[in-house]
Amino acid sequence: MPEGNGTDGSRTRDRDPGLQPERTRLAWRRTTLACAVAASLAGRQTLHSGIDPVSLVVLALVVLAWLAFLALAHHRIRAMHAPRPPALSPRAAAAAVTCTVALAVLGAATLR
Amino acid sequence: MVSDIRLWFAPERLREEGDTPDYRFSLANERTFLAWLRTAMALVGGGFAVDQFLPETGRPLRLALALILLAAGALCALRAISHWVRCERAMRRGEDLPVSRFPIALGLAVGVVALLMVIVAAFGWGG
Repeated sequence: MPEGNGTDGSRTRDRDPGLQPERTRLAWRRTTLACAVAASLAGRQTLHSGIDPVSLVVLALVVLAWLAFLALAHHRIRAMHAPRPPALSPRAAAAAVTCTVALAVLGAATLR
Repeated sequence: MVSDIRLWFAPERLREEGDTPDYRFSLANERTFLAWLRTAMALVGGGFAVDQFLPETGRPLRLALALILLAAGALCALRAISHWVRCERAMRRGEDLPVSRFPIALGLAVGVVALLMVIVAAFGWGG
């Protein structure tokens, strides 16, 4: 990061002409929304067979997976405020994928 | 493949490869990764939707369709990160981007499942 991580003035000067950080930020927002839809359907799935301790635990895990994704996206969106955002870390990418796979597995476990 | 998977959890090892590319290319790669992740989530959501919104369908068929879509979603998410790591590494090394048959395979699979669901919905098979 050579220059432009200081004042607001330099931030404006170093703005990416293609608005790449902005587009990446919105991509995270869209993906969080998609995650919310998948999590809602997964939550509905767990309550399909009635409310019992097992389905409540699964429901809690579904909500947890969505919250984890939300926190991850929020963290990344904050990084997009920088004029030259650092590359996504493989750990964050793996965590996002884990949330998706967790939703699929949790929901599949409660298919009737 | 194993070294790819180890890269998922070892950011410092990815940074050791080649030179850091222009941040805009990394962000573009990240957006592609997110687009694949959304595709994965749509497939997962579709799996639940099949189970919840086609109640008249026979149980074995409904379960099979739902499980295929859920498995496709999980597979798509895992492939998304694998592709992202390989692209990132190729950019750092200045190599060509990896080619993949996955999009065509996924397209065909989704097409077949969609056709099956149309048939199920139109003729009420298994109900």
